[in-house]
Amino acid sequence: MSRAETCVVACAEAWRGDGAVLAGSAGVIPGLGARLAQLTFARELLVTDGEATLLRDGRVEGWLPYRQVFAIVAAGTRHVMMGASQLDRFGNQNISCVGPWERPASQLLCVRGAPGNTVNHPVSYWVPRHSPRVFVERVDMVSGVGHDRGAHEIRLVVTNLAVLDFATPDRSMRLRSVHPGVTVDEVIAATGFELTVPDQVPETREPTADEQRLIRERLDPDGRREREVR
Amino acid sequence: MRVSIEDAVGEVRDGMTIGIGGWGSRRKPMAMVRALLRSGRKDLTLVSYGGPDVGLLVAAGCVRRIVTGFVSLDSIPLEPHFRAARSAGAVELTEYDEGMLYWGLLAAANRLPFLPIRAGLGSDVMRVNPGLRTVRSPYADATELVAMPAITMDVAFVHLNRADADGNGRYLGPDPYFDDLFCLAAKQRFLSCERIVSTGELQEQGPPQTLLTNRSMVDGVTETPHGAHFTSCVPDYGRDEEFQREYATTGWDTFRARYLDGDETDYQKAVRR
Repeated sequence: MSRAETCVVACAEAWRGDGAVLAGSAGVIPGLGARLAQLTFARELLVTDGEATLLRDGRVEGWLPYRQVFAIVAAGTRHVMMGASQLDRFGNQNISCVGPWERPASQLLCVRGAPGNTVNHPVSYWVPRHSPRVFVERVDMVSGVGHDRGAHEIRLVVTNLAVLDFATPDRSMRLRSVHPGVTVDEVIAATGFELTVPDQVPETREPTADEQRLIRERLDPDGRREREVR
Repeated sequence: MRVSIEDAVGEVRDGMTIGIGGWGSRRKPMAMVRALLRSGRKDLTLVSYGGPDVGLLVAAGCVRRIVTGFVSLDSIPLEPHFRAARSAGAVELTEYDEGMLYWGLLAAANRLPFLPIRAGLGSDVMRVNPGLRTVRSPYADATELVAMPAITMDVAFVHLNRADADGNGRYLGPDPYFDDLFCLAAKQRFLSCERIVSTGELQEQGPPQTLLTNRSMVDGVTETPHGAHFTSCVPDYGRDEEFQREYATTGWDTFRARYLDGDETDYQKAVRR
């Protein structure tokens, strides 16, 4: 079992119980997680090829051009796992630019669909390198809105170290589990704001034998997942 | 009406607002973009789901403002020329959520001043667009929503797989993107395509619902084979990933001298290698 495989399963868990909603994802590991969830415990999930085709168990089952994606966003029948260049304790996310918006030190993607996603349907985040540069007090440009700004629901944050959620009275970020081999102190040190840490922090569950086989033999035989978490 | 690339681009004046169809690095009217770049127009406002169209025109100094939800080369997430121009403060930006951009085109296509949408609420899109207003539902729910203003354009350029000489056009790939809305939202509309065919032949090439444009939506049609290069134009061709990498990693002056100083025929010869 590798760290990347733990992360794939932790991402898959984000969609548990979602039913027939569209699983959106950015990044190799969330993409594998969505397909793994569909193959195992979230059979009803809708998954795309990253363009306009819906796939079920690797076979074409439908058509979903961008304009239909926006209808699904507005309808709320979607749960996307996005990336985050910055993320704060209420789940405000930035993928737009770093530094002052007027003249950024580093221009990134712009806001993409983050504002619409976060006010319409559940959103989770995938952070392949958990660090204080990502987990900041204040994000430079609120692309995805957090719980203090009217988010519909920020469900999970999965990183290379841990799984985080917002199960606190003010819906700020909480450490939910640490991956096998990671300490709570490591996560605290890698987080640039005060995190709610329960007295007992469980370990992230390990992939089952079946899940491991699906990841290794069917979904990612080339091991692309290992390059995303190092 | 058949037009040349030069005729189409000749309608663009300095300072105009130009719409460019496609999405990211997918089915962009790149031959038109190259012609626009050669024409040396200045102070353009570009409305685009941004890709290398934005990067090329920004690098060439044609652009004052970009209206967009993102600028990306898809397989290369960040557009180098757009990034450089933003960090240098060389270009203005109207940054919207992707769905807001869609709604703005839809409003313009329907001749509405705005359309209500949730996207944008609570986000810094409201901060960086101080002109954006919200609107309250007049019904019992009284929901507050963003009043997304119509996005109108002087000229729109789109690229499709096939068209007839009158402007009936068809996409053969998996996604229409928003090309029909760009045409409906602009005063003048130019359609480039891989191949101009007879109306009869156009009808034979697919089901009616993939006929994206009709004659009323297009003012000029031009045949530009390989005209979306280096973006994808499936099923005619995929993205030229190798060339896109070269574009993203080569200094602008070198790239321009190598590929963009001649006309479209020269470009197509140079990229065939």
